[in-house]
Amino acid sequence: MVKEQRNVRNFSIIAHIDHGKSTLADRILENTKAISEREMKEQILDGMDLERERGITIKLNAVQLEYTSKKGEDFTFHLIDTPGHVDFTYEVSRSLAACEGAILVVDAAQGIEAQTLANVYLAMENDLEIIPVINKIDLPNADPERVKQELEDVLGVDPDEVILASAKSNIGIEDILERVTEVIPPPAGNPKDPLKALIFDSLYDPYRGVVAYVCIKEGSMKVGDKIKMFSTDKEFEVNDVGVFKPKITSTNELVVGDVGYFTASMKNVGDTQVGDTVTLVNRPAEEALPGYRRLNPMVFCGLYPVDSNNYNDLREALERLELNDSSLQYEAETSQALGFGFRCGFLGLLHMEIIQERIEREFGIDLITTAPSVIFEVMKTNGDKLVVDNPADMPDPQVIETIREPFVEATIMVPNDFVGAVMEIAQRKRGQFINMNYLDDIRVNVIYHIPLSEIVYDFFDQLKSSTKGYASFDYEFIGYKESELVKMDILLNHETIDALSFIVHKDFAYERGKQIVEKLKKLIPRQQFEVPVQAAIGNKIVARSTIKAVRKDVTAKLYGGDVSRKRKLLEKQKEGKKRMKMVGSVEVPQEAFMAVLEMNDE
Amino acid sequence: MTSIQSAYIHIPFCKQMCHYCNFVKYYYTEKRATEYLYALEKEIDSYLPRNNNALGTIYIGGGTPTALNKEQLTQMFEMLHWKFDIAGLEEFTIELNPGDIDEEKADILKAYGINRISFGVQVMDDNMLMQLGRTHRVQDVYETVNLLSKKDFSNISLDLIYALPNQTVEQFQRSLKEALAFQLPHYSTYALQIEPQTVFYRRHKKGQLHRPPEEDEVTMYQILKESMAANGIEQYEISNFAMPGFESRHNLTYWNNEYYYGFGAGASGYFPGKRIANLRPLPIYVEKAGSGDRPILEIDEIGIREEIEEELMLGLRKIGGYDERVFQRKFEFPLSYLYSEQLDKLMKQGLLTVNQGVWKLTDEGLLLANLVFEEFILDDLQLEEIKTKML
Repeated sequence: MVKEQRNVRNFSIIAHIDHGKSTLADRILENTKAISEREMKEQILDGMDLERERGITIKLNAVQLEYTSKKGEDFTFHLIDTPGHVDFTYEVSRSLAACEGAILVVDAAQGIEAQTLANVYLAMENDLEIIPVINKIDLPNADPERVKQELEDVLGVDPDEVILASAKSNIGIEDILERVTEVIPPPAGNPKDPLKALIFDSLYDPYRGVVAYVCIKEGSMKVGDKIKMFSTDKEFEVNDVGVFKPKITSTNELVVGDVGYFTASMKNVGDTQVGDTVTLVNRPAEEALPGYRRLNPMVFCGLYPVDSNNYNDLREALERLELNDSSLQYEAETSQALGFGFRCGFLGLLHMEIIQERIEREFGIDLITTAPSVIFEVMKTNGDKLVVDNPADMPDPQVIETIREPFVEATIMVPNDFVGAVMEIAQRKRGQFINMNYLDDIRVNVIYHIPLSEIVYDFFDQLKSSTKGYASFDYEFIGYKESELVKMDILLNHETIDALSFIVHKDFAYERGKQIVEKLKKLIPRQQFEVPVQAAIGNKIVARSTIKAVRKDVTAKLYGGDVSRKRKLLEKQKEGKKRMKMVGSVEVPQEAFMAVLEMNDE
Repeated sequence: MTSIQSAYIHIPFCKQMCHYCNFVKYYYTEKRATEYLYALEKEIDSYLPRNNNALGTIYIGGGTPTALNKEQLTQMFEMLHWKFDIAGLEEFTIELNPGDIDEEKADILKAYGINRISFGVQVMDDNMLMQLGRTHRVQDVYETVNLLSKKDFSNISLDLIYALPNQTVEQFQRSLKEALAFQLPHYSTYALQIEPQTVFYRRHKKGQLHRPPEEDEVTMYQILKESMAANGIEQYEISNFAMPGFESRHNLTYWNNEYYYGFGAGASGYFPGKRIANLRPLPIYVEKAGSGDRPILEIDEIGIREEIEEELMLGLRKIGGYDERVFQRKFEFPLSYLYSEQLDKLMKQGLLTVNQGVWKLTDEGLLLANLVFEEFILDDLQLEEIKTKML
């Protein structure tokens, strides 16, 4: 089939988690006959197990589809998948930059959420045509009229343009595909111009090396071309180009408007930075595509193997993951309590959890994770500036002039009944009120500046629980500000456990200290001896509790019928202890290291 | 060597429902019991088609076996005499409760060869008995002991439960003293365990069960051991005490990790390579067993790993300890091959001692036995080691 640029449509789907993006993607694939229903594994775009389990998309994907419109015209679609979480905002913005349009999916019962809004704004910044779709209209609690009104009020969407659909029941899918051909413009770009290819994702394949996902914005790219990365000036020779249909399919050439992949014997995903521009060595473009930036980790934590023999396995796991994830950072560190491990940097909390789970699941290493921290900037009295990403490394208070910490602008969207609750949490989290505006009669957008360190604590969980799950939340880094912070040390059995140290605002220190010793008392199982738990600032003990010794743990009755049950119980207990770490003389479970995160500020 | 020497027979009928008991049990009705006995016979047939089978011990438990009426008791014993060589049994035990047998029932037990009684006293205090949901009173204990002695039953084991809700150390001590005054040859004493699907469990969940503090429980256990020793009754298992020669042969089958049959609803049996648990609901058991099929709920496969774990979890319950030569003989490699690290750790913790190859729980170890047994649970790596060792 001869492909014409004017019949190409590049688009993605924007949706909040659970609003049905993956199901819609499946239906589009089916309806364009990219795959038959039988072949189809549910939700094919979400490749990784982990994604399917969490119902979110981590890796972007791009699929080429053929579609014949009702008028009989043949189109080539590229559907570009986007991640749906705030940790990956930058990736979303880059994959949107590869598109000319976006299908906005909103749940017919839930309505617009903060993340959807954030992504719609991103789409608008990229000048995308928006096709509004209300999904799940066949569910009993669906209220499409209200959601239509909301779309009009909040985003200025013409109610007549809204498509009512149910991806699950295959309702409205035709309409969506027709609308794609009608309203989304073909890619601009000139095939004769020097190559500009936008990298919007990459992955590491053990056989091919790095596979870069690109959208050709200008010119063309073919096998044998010598190419250059704008951000690093590194040069490579293209050895394969192609598209996903959705199976990986080699073509000789990618031309303007194409969305596909190339490989060029690249060994590290760091060579294919998301947002970077690829051009030709011999005929370079004058300037890069706009929007590239280097992603820096925001959240840090220590990862330690439960079994210290697994240290090298953990290193290998991180090396392997790094191949595929250029925003993951790590360096070796040593904890007195936990031994050898790594301090790792992540884009956000979700990113952190995903990496932890992948290490445990794919590499079979049991991990102890310390509570996440942020990067503090410390000005010392001698004028030196220090960057601290591990609370244990915080210098003595006497040598500290000031400490600065990262702040974010948090956008919280809630029904007006919960504004009070939101403000209360934000205040408790040291938030500074910035603005509040009504999106419609009910919905309010509340904006605060909050220290990132408070966000990485249980902010989102608290927000959800005190708003009955109605709040949605988005945040963006805005910069560093000075704060009155102190380091809190935790002592178990009179030994300071460096991995439990955390940084806290002076005004909250006593309260937090009290809470954490109580929490640890609950989390650390009783040992054969009494264990005092203390919280200290410097040399001063600010709180104390005691874990009483276990005196009796024996099954009194054990006869014929009890044996299987008892053995299984012991197996389960033993399994539970796998995640415990001998710290000094005390066995400490994994949850204890995260205890500082989950404190009810009541 | 692997021939099966013991059988447990479950009679799931009661005239009362005790608040702590989670065994399979139903209110007694004559019709239910008749159907049940028929199914029980069919189940025994399904394992032992021939008659007059030789065994070492039979234990009839419940429920309350003596809840059966006289005709049914007789019928059951006739059946057992038909299936087993009762005269050849070393030990033939039946459970009974204070006040629930009369002279005629006692005569039936005697006539059919019962030579050991497991006597469900639980506590010598009427208030505590009521709290447990028992219908008998302290007075019934005296009467039944008299009846049993009159009928010449001398091998009696008295069951006690301690650490009861609202029980004080003093109360326990009084109750124990009164129970010891009978000078019976065997006592089983259990700290109360809160089992799911019991009245106590529900109260416990609601926070309405006021159990004594752990410290008191420890004190009670210590008093128990001292009082038994002072009366010449030796501890031979974590919860069992006997005058020399009166240790329960049947229960030692369990702790020696030997095979046994388990007949009846909810009963469990142990056969080479598998532990079998029977169907629990009475109608389902009756239907399945009655039709001639084995009424099995589930089979727990016992591989080498499980067998080793259970061997130690059971063997170390015995006060006499576990002889590593038994392990060597059974598994054909030394105990230390798998567990040297664990054994060292447990000795350092003061939970385990060894003397001439016999491993024993210390006094502290008896209180924290679960921590000890947990150390013997094997991980996959150790399993691989066993397999290479066995090759």
